[in-house]
Amino acid sequence: VVLHPLFTEEHEELRLAIRSLVESELTPHAVDWEREGYFPDWVFKRMGDLGYLGLRYPPEYGGQGGDWGHAIVMAEEMARVGSGGVGMAIAVQAEMATPPILRFGTEDQKRRYLAPAIRGEKIACLGITEPGAGSDVASIQTSAVRDGDEWVINGSKMFITNGKRADYCVLVARTDKPAGYEGFSLFIVDTDLPGFSVSRTLEKLGMHSSDTAELTLDGVRVPGAALLGEEGKGFEHIMWELQGERLVGAAGSVAGATLAFEKTLEYAKERRAFGRPIWKFQALRHRFAEMATDLEAARQMTYDVALAWERGEYPVKEISMLKLYAGLAVNRVIDACLQIHGGAGYTADAWVARAWRDARLLRIGAGTDEVMREVVAKAMGL
Amino acid sequence: VSATRFATLPKLGLFTEEHEALRAGVRQFVEGVLAPHAEEWERDGGFPVRDVFRQAGRVGLFGAKYEEAYGGTGPDLVADAIVTEEVARCGSAGVAAALGAHKDLGSYYVHRWGTEQQMGKWLTPSVSGEAIGAVAITEPDAGSDVASISTRAERRGGGWELRGTKTFITNGPIADYVVVAASTDPEAGAHGLSLFVVEAGAPGFEARRIETLGWRTSHTGELSFDGTPVELLGREGEGFAQIMTCFEWERVSMALAAVSAAERTLDQAIAYAREREAFGRPVARFQVWRHRFADLATDIAAARSLTYHSLRKIVAGENAGREVSMAKAMSAEVDWRVADEALQVHGGYGYMMEYPVQRAWRDARLGPIGGGTTEIMKELIGRSYGF
Repeated sequence: VVLHPLFTEEHEELRLAIRSLVESELTPHAVDWEREGYFPDWVFKRMGDLGYLGLRYPPEYGGQGGDWGHAIVMAEEMARVGSGGVGMAIAVQAEMATPPILRFGTEDQKRRYLAPAIRGEKIACLGITEPGAGSDVASIQTSAVRDGDEWVINGSKMFITNGKRADYCVLVARTDKPAGYEGFSLFIVDTDLPGFSVSRTLEKLGMHSSDTAELTLDGVRVPGAALLGEEGKGFEHIMWELQGERLVGAAGSVAGATLAFEKTLEYAKERRAFGRPIWKFQALRHRFAEMATDLEAARQMTYDVALAWERGEYPVKEISMLKLYAGLAVNRVIDACLQIHGGAGYTADAWVARAWRDARLLRIGAGTDEVMREVVAKAMGL
Repeated sequence: VSATRFATLPKLGLFTEEHEALRAGVRQFVEGVLAPHAEEWERDGGFPVRDVFRQAGRVGLFGAKYEEAYGGTGPDLVADAIVTEEVARCGSAGVAAALGAHKDLGSYYVHRWGTEQQMGKWLTPSVSGEAIGAVAITEPDAGSDVASISTRAERRGGGWELRGTKTFITNGPIADYVVVAASTDPEAGAHGLSLFVVEAGAPGFEARRIETLGWRTSHTGELSFDGTPVELLGREGEGFAQIMTCFEWERVSMALAAVSAAERTLDQAIAYAREREAFGRPVARFQVWRHRFADLATDIAAARSLTYHSLRKIVAGENAGREVSMAKAMSAEVDWRVADEALQVHGGYGYMMEYPVQRAWRDARLGPIGGGTTEIMKELIGRSYGF
């Protein structure tokens, strides 16, 4: 079988290894973790021990020295847990909160924060969104004010994945009020510092197994060495981070919907109505054809974008298109899967109901559909 | 404007530097020789057929898939795909269809199934643009339902004679040779089909041009055969398999052309929206249109990724039936949607014949019909999952 040029045989071997881990150690707990609204910390440690939290990171920090192909494989296989929150939490750890440390951090920051995150010993979260500012990053109110060699941070962060259990948070704060987009900076903030608190954990529509929290920073003093990257470049740094987040998010969601497609196909072969298996009805046959087409297009687009990035491009427009297309396609597919299951799909514990709830986030998280359209339109000169 | 990096960078495991040079060359030909006449040819309901085919042959548009022995520059399917993509930007789908029906149907069938002697007779002059080819499968009562073909071929002396009617045949009235599907064993249904080649001017062969909604520059016709002498192409009784094999290339070519045409239509719509003002600002500045353009460009990019995926499978020699059907269905629907939105953004002008967007709209409508309807594509995709 001809592989997309993003992949080699070695990537396919990794795929099988992750799949076997997921299916034997994670998937069996999916239903329980969904009910509990949490999954245990050992998952991070286990993934770290196996090297799965550092696939793209250099060996000097404990990473595997891999590429985007490995990261995409990881995102795809994590979808097999059957509880979207687990894959999301792991992706935040490996592909969202930590990439800025490798790219913008000092050697000391990489040793203290990146390396233990790759080992699964420290859990990371990413703090961009606030109660009053989502994709409109320029409206961020959290402030960091210099005080001698230290910074004093005040504000709150909203919808933070891993927020309840994180050991540190990579967050963006305003360091210079009048400077607009140039007035933001990134910081690495230890969550055990005085003034740092989890104000509440949030109940969500889906992604039940992930802990999502609102964080409050009340006069949190961090050392000068907590500044990540260049002062005043926080906006740019975060925009860079969001590209990887969107790519990995799309890859995982498309894989999840593909799994749902396959399982729904099996269901349709077994389930009978009006004297025959329901897949014998032409209307459903065509529905499956539409789903398959949506998914293949989204998957190939994912690989094309990842390859562009792997080969040195910075394809912002294409990533935004991918996130937009994948979000819509995945939600069309998962809704059709729910529909084909009829009443059986509407029960809370049905896997398809879970997948349906989880999928909806892709059209919102890391920038809504509408924000993606804005980015694409701007890139087109509109 | 709408072009994505997917089109050029990275190379996606398909395109090399030489391919990009070829693309530039074909684009120059299309922009210099074809595109400037789109309007005029549309009015005339045709184009200077012989002249255009010869010029296209001279610059190598027809030979990318074929070996040097037949005057070609291949075999290179990727190069051929590039020609298809670029020709689709000529602004007249009818001209693109005429060149395509020759390149990807007539000459392709001869190359695929012909003897050396038949290739010398029809393929070599096709590559140079001296001879024009076509393929005739559809009949008044049989489209994608190939098994219902009623045109009959019967042995007469040492050869074959053909009786029946074919319709919607692109290049039919202008072709020098037509590959025709006919039944040689009516009892056997689909397995009783065979392919034949008929030459223009053969006794009992008549062609009548049909007026079409779009593709108005293409010569589409109904062909009738009454005791017409024909030559067998390939083996008797294998017509169905031959047709199915060739459908793959036809459909991926249609997908490539649709993506390309959609991109051009969108670029033109955006250019218009930038100039046209309403309520004190360009239409392109309204958020609803900015977002709609973003959606359309996104759909085009997705269709392109899917189409390149199917092309990659074909180039690797894999069975790509499912992927090609997906690519054809999606790309044709995207092209049609883009054309309809392009018409919409033009407002009243979009409805007037003096603006080219109405042509793009009429032309794009064939995509979800020709080469197997979208519904047929969905049947094929569905069946590929074991239905």
